[in-house]
Amino acid sequence: MDAKQRYTAGVLKYAEMGYWNADYEPKETDILALFRITPQDGVDPQEAAAAVAGESSTATWTVVWTDRLTAADVYRAKAYRVEPVPGNEDQFFAYIAYDIDLFEPGSIANLTASIIGNVFGFKPLKALRLEDMRFPVAYVKTFDGPPTGIVVERERLDKFGRPLLGATTKPKLGLSGRNYGRVVYEALKGGLDFTKDDENINSQPFMHWRDRFLFVMEAVNRASAASGEVKGHYLNVTGATMEDIYERAEFAKELGSVVVMIDLVIGYSAIQSISKWARRNDVILHLHRAGASTYTRQKNHGISFRVIAKWMRLAGVDHIHAGTVVGKLEGDPNTVQGFYNILREPLNPIDLERGLHFEQDWAGMRKVMPVASGGIHAGQMHQLLHYLGEDVVLQFGGGTIGHPDGIQAGATANRVALEAMILARNEGRDIWNEGPAILADAARGCSPLKAALDTWGEVTFDYASTDTADVVPTPTPA
Amino acid sequence: MRITQGTFSFLPDLTDEQISAQIEYCLEQGWAVSIEHTDDPHPRNTYWDMFGQPMFDLRDAAGVMSEVASARATFPDAYIKVNAFDATRGFETVRLSFIVNRPAHEPGFALIREEAAGRAIRYTIRSYAVERPEGERYP
Repeated sequence: MDAKQRYTAGVLKYAEMGYWNADYEPKETDILALFRITPQDGVDPQEAAAAVAGESSTATWTVVWTDRLTAADVYRAKAYRVEPVPGNEDQFFAYIAYDIDLFEPGSIANLTASIIGNVFGFKPLKALRLEDMRFPVAYVKTFDGPPTGIVVERERLDKFGRPLLGATTKPKLGLSGRNYGRVVYEALKGGLDFTKDDENINSQPFMHWRDRFLFVMEAVNRASAASGEVKGHYLNVTGATMEDIYERAEFAKELGSVVVMIDLVIGYSAIQSISKWARRNDVILHLHRAGASTYTRQKNHGISFRVIAKWMRLAGVDHIHAGTVVGKLEGDPNTVQGFYNILREPLNPIDLERGLHFEQDWAGMRKVMPVASGGIHAGQMHQLLHYLGEDVVLQFGGGTIGHPDGIQAGATANRVALEAMILARNEGRDIWNEGPAILADAARGCSPLKAALDTWGEVTFDYASTDTADVVPTPTPA
Repeated sequence: MRITQGTFSFLPDLTDEQISAQIEYCLEQGWAVSIEHTDDPHPRNTYWDMFGQPMFDLRDAAGVMSEVASARATFPDAYIKVNAFDATRGFETVRLSFIVNRPAHEPGFALIREEAAGRAIRYTIRSYAVERPEGERYP
């Protein structure tokens, strides 16, 4: 089609407008996206892919002559590959390339306004999911990334060679500041490295934030003096406005907290703001992915968590909840390992089994510590270490506070189980198969661990995963 | 009290056989093992004294164990730890660190509170042992 025809007023197919190009070779500097599209009946998949490319870049529903005032060929995103999703006849993987100049440097808000801005409500599609993205080094380098990162966090805390241990204070809601600090003190003194505010603990009638911060820091420091270790509590600084968030973060810093926490629901710009604050103030930044499962869990529509993980590494958080495999929340083993690799590796090769469709070079960007939280207990220690590795925070909330002999005993059980498992692994033992025996041995010298195993040893959450990679057969967790 | 710094402090003190197995593991990973000692176990005392240089070229656990024995003989009442350093890009940090010797009596730490405005408290942790001069702290 020549230019005169192309720009004649009226409606053209998106593919005809230039948003489909099977011959396009993505440039090293392009931003790439992989969408899972479910076209309406009768809609050609290539046209659907072109429509996604169009609506997430320059297009509108009709031809506009003002395109001719721009280098439109460059600014148009190009769908360059469409392939059926294995095992799902009505779904297709669509690969789309975007020129780097479509995006503001260092802005997740701008990036997402394009990539997920309008297109998810587009009528010719029944459903749409953003499966994966590739960011060129040139774009990665426009972000600061994690303010602390795994290496520096460990060096500050002086904790090496094992996962860190945490617990979320329970009950989530209702404790007064004084009682809340009691839980923190017991858990940290018993052997945990961190305790945590839950996502919905902010400043409620039963406990205002300043009161919580003051009592918690007393607990943290008492536990530190009792153990000789650096301890921390993720003080949730989430608030209604950015001014509130800064005020709370400043107070946490003044009190000497090594870490503060935010919820994903504060939004991408707020996350980037507090990340810069954390970098300026040498405070570790913990992110709770509150709300994420509303759009990450179903495979046909929404955003894969692997994309959220990439955005958050760029935006700059130090911790992010990324699944447990064995606990109470969604988590296929391979899919979760894909998330962990995104957060922790210097470079992600293509790994379809783990849902990684692109090579991603992180160009020296610091690593994010994944957090495993939700329905895990000491009896799963060998499985947790097997699936999740060493650079992870294992958070046992109920599995600490619900211990029959009290919170300190619960914390000690977890710490002893962890150290015994690391010792055994390093000695070359097969922890996957010998795990229960290793724990039983350790429990002989540690009655809190024995009580924990007696209480929870058999508890499992064995349900089919909803979010699995549709590329190769997916193993179920053992 | 028992100071619980290091990777294995919640377990019973490791035997020499167990220590040797951990060192073996570190050497297999290609990490450089080093030994450090102190009589000031404050949680933020980052720089314990080095007992010699990191053993970059020593690839034999028995050799490291003889250094551990020598450190224990020289500083029987000190905290001694074994560190393993990984020079791989992306780490370039300690990967394992565990205590292999500690004083018979560990007096622990006082928590000093300085009351500040608005109910805030400035906290300081002070080891009871450091009230005496270096070298005389764990008689």
